[in-house]
Order: sequence, then C-alpha cells, then structure tokens
Amino acid sequence: MATTQTLTPSMKRERRANLRRNAFYLALIVIGLVAPFAAYPVFLMKMLCFALFACAFNLLLGYAGLLSFGHAAFLATGGYVTGYLLSSYPTLTPELGILVGTAAAVLLGAVFGALSIRRQGIYFAMVTLALAQLVFFFYIQVPFTGGEDGLHGVPRGHLFGVIDLNNSLAMYYFVFAVFLFGFALIQRTVHSPFGQVLKAIRENEPRAVSLGYNVEAYKLVAFILSAGLAGLAGSTKTIVFQLASLTDAHWHMSGEVILMTLLGGVGTLFGPVLGAGMVVGLQHLLSQSPLGNWVSPILGLIFVVCVLSFRSGIVGEAIKMYRKNFK
Amino acid sequence: MTFIKKTLASSIAIAATAAMATTAQAEISDGEVRIGYLADMSGTYRDLAGPGGLEALQMAVEDFGGSVDGAPIEVFSADDSNSADVGANTVREWVDQRNVDLVAGMVASSVTIAVTKVLEDNDGFGIVSGSAASSITNEHCTPNHIHWVYDTYPLANGTARAVVEQGGDTWFMLTADYAFGHALEGDVTKVVEENGGEVIGGVRHPFPTNDFSSYILQAQGSGAEIIGLANAGADTVNAINTASQFGVVEAGQQLAGLLVFLNDVHAMGLETTQGLLLTTGWYWNMDDQAREWAERYYERVGSMPTMVQAGIYSSTMHYLQAVEATGSDDTQTVREYMMKQPIHDFFARNGRIREDGRMVHDMYLARVKSPEESTHEWDLYEILTSIPAEEAYRPLAESQCDLVQN
Amino acid sequence: MTMIFGVPLAVFMGQLLLGLINGAFYALLSLGLAVIFGLLKIVNFAHGAMYMLGAFTTLLGMQYLGINYWAALLLTPVVVGLGGMLIERVLLRRIAHLDHLYGLLLTFGLALIFEGSLINFFGVSGARYPTPEIFQGGFQLGFMFLPKYRAWVLLAAIVVCFATWFIIERTRLGAYLRAGTENPSLMQAFGVNVPLLVTLTYGFGVALAAFAGVLAAPLYPVSPTMGSNLLIVVFAVVVIGGMGSILGAVVTGLAMGLIEGLTKVYYPEAANTVIFLVMILVLLLRPAGLFGKEA
Repeated sequence: MATTQTLTPSMKRERRANLRRNAFYLALIVIGLVAPFAAYPVFLMKMLCFALFACAFNLLLGYAGLLSFGHAAFLATGGYVTGYLLSSYPTLTPELGILVGTAAAVLLGAVFGALSIRRQGIYFAMVTLALAQLVFFFYIQVPFTGGEDGLHGVPRGHLFGVIDLNNSLAMYYFVFAVFLFGFALIQRTVHSPFGQVLKAIRENEPRAVSLGYNVEAYKLVAFILSAGLAGLAGSTKTIVFQLASLTDAHWHMSGEVILMTLLGGVGTLFGPVLGAGMVVGLQHLLSQSPLGNWVSPILGLIFVVCVLSFRSGIVGEAIKMYRKNFK
Repeated sequence: MTFIKKTLASSIAIAATAAMATTAQAEISDGEVRIGYLADMSGTYRDLAGPGGLEALQMAVEDFGGSVDGAPIEVFSADDSNSADVGANTVREWVDQRNVDLVAGMVASSVTIAVTKVLEDNDGFGIVSGSAASSITNEHCTPNHIHWVYDTYPLANGTARAVVEQGGDTWFMLTADYAFGHALEGDVTKVVEENGGEVIGGVRHPFPTNDFSSYILQAQGSGAEIIGLANAGADTVNAINTASQFGVVEAGQQLAGLLVFLNDVHAMGLETTQGLLLTTGWYWNMDDQAREWAERYYERVGSMPTMVQAGIYSSTMHYLQAVEATGSDDTQTVREYMMKQPIHDFFARNGRIREDGRMVHDMYLARVKSPEESTHEWDLYEILTSIPAEEAYRPLAESQCDLVQN
Repeated sequence: MTMIFGVPLAVFMGQLLLGLINGAFYALLSLGLAVIFGLLKIVNFAHGAMYMLGAFTTLLGMQYLGINYWAALLLTPVVVGLGGMLIERVLLRRIAHLDHLYGLLLTFGLALIFEGSLINFFGVSGARYPTPEIFQGGFQLGFMFLPKYRAWVLLAAIVVCFATWFIIERTRLGAYLRAGTENPSLMQAFGVNVPLLVTLTYGFGVALAAFAGVLAAPLYPVSPTMGSNLLIVVFAVVVIGGMGSILGAVVTGLAMGLIEGLTKVYYPEAANTVIFLVMILVLLLRPAGLFGKEA
C-alpha cells in the first residue's frame, strides 16, 4: 500500500505501540474469556466489579486530578436501587435494573459534583467524604435499603428475558461484558479531546481557564461519568451477589478504592484493574488466614508504603522501568 | 522377589484398610467433617463471639475426639468483617470449593441472613449462634439453618415483662432509628401494654450515636419510671454510661437494657451498670456445670465466655453427636436427627429445636450486681428467675416462617 | 412554663448547654486540624486516631502506670505530640514537596494502622475510664442536672482554645508560625529553622487532638473506633468554617455543637446529618466557607 511507504519513523513507532497495546488488550480479553475455567467464577466476578469501580474512580483522580473520598456512595446507590427494583418487581429484567441503578448513581453524581467542585484539592476530598457520610446515614434510616440488614435474595433473573443468569458461567460472561464496556468507555474518554482537556486542567488549571475552557463544566462531566460507572459496578455487583449492604456505602469502601487505584497505578488505564485484583485477592487470602484480624492495618501499611515510595503504582513503575531500559 | 512379595502384601493390606474405612464412612462426604467458623473477628462484635468463639468451637472438636467414626474433623475460619457480601462470598466459596458441612458462628444479622440464603440455595447447613434478629427464624427461616443461643424476642419480652411486674409501669423508649430498633421498640411496647404498663414517650436517635446526653436529658424530663434501651452494641453501652453520668438511677429512674451482653457489662464496669435488668440465655456462673466449662474456657482464652461462645460449643457438640449417630453429614439427615434430640447440657436446659429452626431453651432474668456485691472481675450477674423455654420465644402460632404450618 | 417552639425553656436551655459541650470537642479537633493545615497544608486524616490514642494513653497510663487524670492531662498530649513529631520527621517530611493530597492519603493509611492494630489488642467494646473523684456528681442548675465533669470539659476546652489563639496571634512564636504559613522560604532565609517549626506545629496539632482525647476518656467508652466517625463530622465543620483562621475554627466548632444539640430536640432523626446539611448550605451560599479564603 502506498500509505505505508510514506510513514515517518515517529508514526511507525506509534503504530508499533498501538499494535502492542492492541495485542496486550487482546491477550487480556482471551485471559478473561478462559479464566472461569481455571479459577472460581464468583471470585472473578467480584474482582471484575471492583476493577470497574476502581477504573471509574481513576478516571477522576488519574485524569482530572480530583481525589474523591466519597465514591462508596455511588457504588451503594447503584446497588441499592438495582437490588430494590429487582426484588420488588420480579418481572423486571436485570439489564433494566442495572440501567436504572446506574441512572440513579448518575443523578447523585450530578448533585455531589455540583456541590463539591466548588472547592478544590483537599477541601474537595473532605466535601465528598462528608456528602458520602450523609448518604450513608440516609441509607441506614430509609426502609427500602433494609437498613442494617441490607437487601437479600435479589433475583438474578433472565438477561433480556432470555439468558438465565443463575448459571454462573452466563453470569460471569455478562459481568465480563459489562466490565469491558466500562473499560472501553473510559479508554475512549481518556483518549478523546475531552480527556485531553481534563489532563490539561489537572496539569495546570489556571492555564486551562485562560485558554477559555469552562473548567468547572469539564470537571463536572468527568465527575458524573465516574459516578455513573461506579454505580454500574455497584448494580452489577448486587446482581452477582444477590445482595446489597451498608458495607458498600461505608467510608472504608471509599478508602479501599483509593488504595486499589494507588497500588495499581494512578492515571494508568490498566493499573486500577491490577490494583483491584490485588486488594480483593489480598483481603480474600487474609480473611481465611491467621492474619485475618489484621486486614485493616495491613491495608493501611500498604497505603503508607505506596505513598512514600511507590507513588506511580505497580503499572506506573513498570512503565517507567520499561521506558528507562527499552527506549 | 521377596521384596516384591512384601510390597505387594503390604499394599494389599493398605487397600483393604482403605476399603474398610470407606465403607464405614460411606455417608460422610469425602471422609471429612468440615466446619467453617464465620464471625466478626475484628469489628464491633468481636468480643461477643470472635476469636473466643473459634476457641470454643475447637474445644468442642477436641472434646469430641477430633474425629467422627474415624473421619477427621477439620475446622477453618474467616472474618466476615460484619459485611454481608464478604460473609456470603466466603460461605459460597466454602460450599463450592471446600465442601463445608457446617457453618458455625455468624453474628451480625445482616451477614447471617445473607449467609443462610446462600446455604439454602446450595443445600448447606448452618448453626447461627451470635445473631440477635428474631427474623432469622421468622420471615427469613430456611430448612438449612438453626438459630441457637437467643434472639431479640425473649430478650425484649423477658426483660420488659419482668420490669413491669416489678412495678415499672411508665416507660420512655430510647430507640435506634433503623429497622432493628423500630422492631425492638414495637416488641417492647406490646409487652409493656399487655402487662398493664404504658409507654409515655420516646425518642429515636440516629444510628450510631456518640453522645447520648441530649436524649438522656429528654428521658429525664419525661418523668417515666423506666428508660427502655431499644438499641444495641456501642449505642447501648454509650447510653448506659451517659445515664450513669447524669445520675439517672440516683434520681429514681431505672434502665432496662434489651440487648446487653456479658462483655458489655464487663467493659462498662459495675459502677455504671449496677442494677440493670437484662435477659440472658446463659451465664457462666449459673450452676456447677456451666462453671466447670467456663473455667476450662477461661484457662484457654483469658476471659469468661459470653452466652454466644458457650452456645457455639453446645451447638457444635450437638451437631457432631448427630453426625455420629446418623453416620452422615447430609444436611437434612443431620437436621432431622438434631430436631428429634432434646438438648440438655451445660448450656441449654429444656432445649429443643422447633420446625422453624429456633432452638428454644430456658432463658434467665438477671440483675447486674453492685460493686460491693461482686467478689471478682467476672462476678457480674445475679440470676433472678428462669423463663421457661416454651414461654420465652415467639410462639409458633405467630410465626411467618414458611416451614411452620399455621 | 415558657415554651420555645413547643419545648419548655428549661429543656431548651439544657440542650443548648449540652450542645455547647459537644461543640467544644469539635472546636478542639478542628482547631488542631487548622493549625496543622496552616503550615503543612495537609489535612491530617490521622487526627481522629490521635484523639483516640490520647484517650487510650490516658486509660493505659492509669491501668499500668497508675498515672492519675491530672497527670494524664499534661503527659498524654506531650507523649502523643512527640509521637506526632516522629511521624512528621520520619514520614510526612519525605512527601512534603509533593501534592498535598499525598499527605492526606499517608495519614489515612496511618489512621487505618492505628485503629486496626488497637482493635486486635483491646477489642471494640470500649473500656471505661472512671470520672475523677472531684468531678463526681453534678450541679443542679434548676433547668437541668449538669454533671460536674461536663462543666469542666467545656471550661478546659475553651481555655485551651483561647490559649492556642493567644499563642498564634499574640506571641513571637505565633508570628513565626504565621509568617511561615505565608512564605516559608523567606522565613528560612531570615534564619528561622522552618523544618523545626513544621515539626513542632504538627506535634502541637496532634497534642490538641490528644488533649481532646483525655477530656473524652471519662465521657465516652474508650474504644479504637472512637475517633474515625467523629473525624468525618469535624471535616464537615472544617469545610463550613474554612481552615483560614484559628478563631473561625473554634467558633464554627461551638456553633455546630449548638445546632446539633437543637436538632436532637426538634428532629432527633436528623441529628447525625444536620452538620452535613449545613455544610451543603454553606457550599451553595459561600463556597469558601464562613471564615475561609480560597486556597
């Protein structure tokens, strides 16, 4: 082809990088497809839900530079709304339940976002934390969440009225598809002009303002998108586990998702996935070992170590090392 | 040649023993009895069951001899962190991957309800020892679990009735503002009114609440004789502490704690809790049998057992005996046998398991001793009366459980 | 009887007083946060844990070393404050040049470590610290019975808050501190040992939290989780007041205590949430906070 011959070296490099990236994603998809035959599907589904949650969070922290300490509220909202709908209206199909749950998280995200982007940096973190705590207290008191007991026995139902999700393989592939959808959406967003502007705001907000960008609007859209995806993760999780509980709304959960992202690599696409896998896996391992009582201090220790000497996270450090040695 | 003969002979011998062993345990699935202990090991309910409960479970296994008919008993445990999804996932995995025969422990009601749903879907078996919610054997009952130690019904019922009978006619309810608190408040109000008392006021406090002074002040202002605490855990502890600071008891009002456990009283101290009336399923110093077991436990753990920890031992024993007697670890076979056998041990008196899965047994009305009456650190309760098993628990006639034919 | 919105005046007064006492804790804690934020520009997420450690040090000091309440009131803030200085020296200093969000994350990790570890040793039931002998009983104020100890808490908190304000606004040390907040490199050029100032400031902020912890020990069960939930409320208080001024932190803390106290009478269901609702209102009307200047 004629075009191939006119490529400049830098374009060639880019093309090679793209090829490598695509190969990497393809490999991951293949691994995702065969994984349920090698590992315990329920555990994998849990990992995927949290991976999506962490990716959603990372969109905000990694690409817009906003540290939200209240993302648990969106996870819980998605979960509760979906859980409540599917339990109360058994004829509803799961995908509709997820859709409404996600929409609820989007709405809540719009409210949170509108309030919290009025403050920056550390204040933003505290405002989101306080708002999420408000939501937590709200969910304890209102009857539809089942309060302390939570919602139980949420039916998985038939996807599109056809596919029986009680089959754990069918459930797994559905969750995998949801995850891929969320991941692809984030990937597209980050590489779109919108994502570029977000990064510009993160790097230098006054300059972005002076360039004429409506910074607040950009931040708000990013916040809502992130909240919606977190809600999607929560909705899906509720269908997998057939329950929704206050744990998802607690501030510990907001802390955990920060840790997942930080550990995997803030601002890398794949980092949060890896981080979520590691944190969920670690909790799983610890909870059944003699160290079971020490989960929270161990997570705290990882936090401290990450902040002190591992700020780019595993994926971030790996990329750095790769660039240093192979370029 | 001789070598080959010898090996051949010995391998035949081994095969023969193995074959015999397998026929003997034909019905114990994969030749092992596997017990998973699920509890809050690090959070709010740690002291009620927690690591001490696991120790009690292991005591039961050791006392039983470590095996049933030659099938070894394996015990593993996990922290549910008071989280329904962690608990449900752990048990789902135990059922799917480790073929667990019995899930024991279970404290936070939200976790228990989630876990019993998983057990029901997978034909597993669970004995709930730590949970308070009476709904576990009411609207949430399943054929796959038994509720052993206590629930809110006898606790609220026993305490409220005893208090009204002693002349505490007017009540002020301090209620935790969520489903659990509302249910408890409803139960108590009913009992108080049935026995001729009256609830003259109340306040619903958010859950959880750190500072109770404002509510205690409102309770003092109400002029009620009794302040009923329809809350649990840290909230109850906090409310009792605050009441003590405000001189509630000295001023002539009395507290009725509905969900107060030995570890709470121990933590708060007698100075604060003296005179408190409460209902308990068991007390370590209630008689020789109880004391003997409690002292063995004390040597291993370093604190006296709560009723939940004692109940874990008792229920595990009953379960293992059923496995031995039926030679099977199949859920329904074992459950049926357990239901037929009355329960009489250091823990339960006049105990039996009803068709809704509720193990009913005698309950006790206790009064917390004053510092002067107490002779040592764990000498905390005086048992006033016992409440017969059949009166203590929610009557089957009122049951909403599907397993009960009404 | 005089009624205020359907509540007898006596009850109303009592609730105001109790609200003020709770507000004293908010004031002490948000004051410490504000002092630390002033110079280090980080939000100390471990503040709740330091408050908790203050209460625990007091309790354990009594149980194992026989240290009485009065000694603890002096010693505990010093001990915990020294611990805080160590944390600043060894950990926080390494990330001082980075985005301040990392300071928040690091202290969050520390809070998890402290809280989680103590749970493993002491459980969560909470232990009781006896009310000091001379504060047994209370005053009959006519409209309410006020335990002596609560009166003391209010007094002690206000004195400490005022002393802090005085040190920062009226002394030479405070002048350095304020100057360091404005322009640390210039201060360094003038020969002031700014790193030392930072260490001392963090230690002092932590000591304030520990002091609140000592005051709280006889009031609430001493448990590893006593700090974390309180801290989130204090964060909301800080957002409402802004961390720009010392006086602002104290006034907002006391005011929020009063508002919470009144909510407990008129609509107790919202007592946990009212401060967050006020925060939302402030964000809508005056995003920088009541006393704040936007950072």
